[in-house]
Amino acid sequence: MEESITFKDRIKDSVAEFGLPRLIITGFLVLLLIMAPFVGADLPTQISNIINRFSWNGILVLAMVPMVHSGCGLNFGLPLGIISGLLGATMSIELGFTGAMSFVAAILIATPFALVFGMLYGWLLNKIKGGEMMIATYVGFSSVSLMCMMWLVLPYSSPNMVWGLAGKGLRTTISLEGYFDQALAGIAQINIGNISIPTGTLLFFALLAFAIWAFLHTKTGTAMTAVGSNPAFAKAAGVNVDRIRMLSVVMSTWLAAVGILVYEQGFGFIQLYMAPFYMALPAVSAILIGGASVNKASIMNVIVGTILFQGIVTMTPTVMNNMIHMDMSEVIRIIASMGMILFALTRKTEGSR
Amino acid sequence: METNSAPLLKLQGIKKDFNGNQVLADINLELGKGEVLGLCGENGAGKSTLMKILFGAADITETGGYSGDIYLDGQKVSFETPFEAIEAGIGMVHQEFSLIPGFDATENILLNREPEKYSFISEIFGDRLNTLDRKKMDERSAEAVEKMGVAIDRHMMINSMPVGHKQFTEIARELSKDQLKLLILDEPTAVLTEREAEALLASIKGMSERGISVIFITHRLQEVLTVCDTVAVLRDGVLVECTPASETDEARITKSMVGRSIMGVAGSDDASEQPDAPTILSIEKLWVDMPGETVRNVSLDVKEGEILGIGGLAGQGKLGIPNGIMGLYEAGGTVTFEGRQIPLNNPRICLDSSFAFVSEDRRRVGLLLDESLEWNISFPAMQIQNKFLKSYLGGLIKWRDEKAIRELTEKYIEELQIRCTGTKQNARQLSGGNQQKVCLAKAFALQPRLLFVSEPTRGIDVGAKALVLNALKKFNKESGTTVVMVSSELQELRQTCDRIAIVSGGRISGILPSSAPMEEFGTLMLKDVV
Repeated sequence: MEESITFKDRIKDSVAEFGLPRLIITGFLVLLLIMAPFVGADLPTQISNIINRFSWNGILVLAMVPMVHSGCGLNFGLPLGIISGLLGATMSIELGFTGAMSFVAAILIATPFALVFGMLYGWLLNKIKGGEMMIATYVGFSSVSLMCMMWLVLPYSSPNMVWGLAGKGLRTTISLEGYFDQALAGIAQINIGNISIPTGTLLFFALLAFAIWAFLHTKTGTAMTAVGSNPAFAKAAGVNVDRIRMLSVVMSTWLAAVGILVYEQGFGFIQLYMAPFYMALPAVSAILIGGASVNKASIMNVIVGTILFQGIVTMTPTVMNNMIHMDMSEVIRIIASMGMILFALTRKTEGSR
Repeated sequence: METNSAPLLKLQGIKKDFNGNQVLADINLELGKGEVLGLCGENGAGKSTLMKILFGAADITETGGYSGDIYLDGQKVSFETPFEAIEAGIGMVHQEFSLIPGFDATENILLNREPEKYSFISEIFGDRLNTLDRKKMDERSAEAVEKMGVAIDRHMMINSMPVGHKQFTEIARELSKDQLKLLILDEPTAVLTEREAEALLASIKGMSERGISVIFITHRLQEVLTVCDTVAVLRDGVLVECTPASETDEARITKSMVGRSIMGVAGSDDASEQPDAPTILSIEKLWVDMPGETVRNVSLDVKEGEILGIGGLAGQGKLGIPNGIMGLYEAGGTVTFEGRQIPLNNPRICLDSSFAFVSEDRRRVGLLLDESLEWNISFPAMQIQNKFLKSYLGGLIKWRDEKAIRELTEKYIEELQIRCTGTKQNARQLSGGNQQKVCLAKAFALQPRLLFVSEPTRGIDVGAKALVLNALKKFNKESGTTVVMVSSELQELRQTCDRIAIVSGGRISGILPSSAPMEEFGTLMLKDVV
């Protein structure tokens, strides 16, 4: 009897630690994976899909981590960093780089934009402590709108990117063929049957994830976590709170810029205009599904969250469509992501680490 | 003053504890109709708690109520909410104002009790659509202001009023209630100018002539003696004295307020003044703009290796001194440490000059509640002095040295007997006393030359108190660190410190050896009270 109680307690503990919402979503994903073969979907293809989508989105989710640590909350202003990345990508093509070189050039060109935008954004967030997430949302929205005009006005002329008839203004979707399409994914790609693993992209993600993990173990990284945990304590310990917050915002913005470039090399296209608008919420909800909260996030949260979120997104359409012959994917995706954000915002103080 | 045979208010055996912490023990008091009772006592003596019980405040009912009986007009009463107390004729003016800033005085005085006019609309939609009878309101507020005897502009917006007039508006509001029998004034003169205070005292006399009883809480003993019929003194939750005002004087009240006969310890057993020790810290003409703890003009010399106590009543500015020097609140003046001038308003420079500060605000400033003890204890030393870090690539990467951090934490857990499950436990889960020990450990880890400790025993139990104070003494002796300790508890300062400076009205009113008699401290505390 006694043993059964401890066993029950242990299960209870591990459930509490893992988090009920995560458990439900994991259960749902496992259910989908089991059902897949019965409804006629090819399991290896599906798994390969999940891995690929993970590799595209991982860094965008990772971009959430610095700002969560410094207490700036979830980076709803992710589009700002994404725009820096898009500027890097389009300029790299405009300047005539091709192949893998265009990817390196895109990152190099995107970096100064990300730093400048990040600093302005960080300066703004330092002015409105306590309301970061709300302001971040509007920063994201308004920067997307501004760029909608800029994409038309900026003097791009590469025939691969501008509208065919007018000869100016960028197209909404730009193919990366001949540029950095599969620039990372192609490196040491493993193909077994229907499964294809983008080793290069995964390694690149691992590299950045390790860098962030390592950063959080340094003196400055420790200060960043402390600033997020209790700014008054950090200030009393001689930490320049505003500088640390600014650093976290710049890091987050730069990661978003690199993240979108990695996404594009996997996806094969640059998407402009309203596209960045739709990138922030999936990234936010992915890290929340991974078990992060508004003020605590770890690399593990990023990995688990991205796999779960992308798993749901890829599996639901296939399985559901085969079952009920109706496109439910978008509905499920929106319910899952919005629901998760809502859930996390209501329990602002709790978090696992 | 004539009093009826049955007293208006009778308290019998009132007891109250917060989680087993006795704050009121067996209070017996009587108050006749039209009598004025002056209630004195140090901060934390239980004055406010007693008044809250009388007024049915929520924090009393929520913490398990009280024991003992209250009789009002011979009837036994027990108020669950302030509304019941108001209904029964008790009015209270709090230290913090409860007025609506955007309304004028009249509207505030009659808020929710406005005379109303019926119209046909209210016939259909009910009383909520009655209109206010402005004319009657004006009359009634004029009446209340007249009762009070102090002229205030009844049509002035609260937010454009001087602070004293706000206080009078509150009093007028209480007086406008017809059923008012007993008015409680909680330190009403603290915010008043001298002339306003005189007007208030006259007004209290007027009320008592009208048959309203008044309980008057204040730190200004002169006022008590002028206006009150009876003086009651609370000390550590015990009613130590209750005498007619004509039979007592300031010195006697002061003595009953501070003299703890139960403890009777005179001074720290190993206190030693070191007159020839060099001055390590010299403060000149310091002012600090800390809300509620304004420092006006403090000059003070701290000698190397001593424990200097800073005492005084709450709100007199003793907390402002360390907070101002450490740069947490805006300050001005000259601070010289070991012959070098320390620029103010810059926390970093203070920390670099090897000062350390244990804040009185443990939960907000003192701790990372959601991080481990390891982090809490090592963080300042890591950030300020680059301790517990491993350097790689020529100092480019400064990696946290987890092992050194754990060893440090274990050392202090043992030394200060911090009760916890391990070095990784979150600070939030510890009790108040153990959290305070973590705050001390954090400061000790900095190995400062000068340590400021602010209210080190606030809100912790007796056992932890002794431990914390002993740890401070030991640290002072073993590492030779100069300690400046700020505390509201005089007894604790006398046990720990070599010399004690008393702050009153934002100035140092005097410095005494810790063996000086209690009355002298009391006199200094009340010297320039504002």
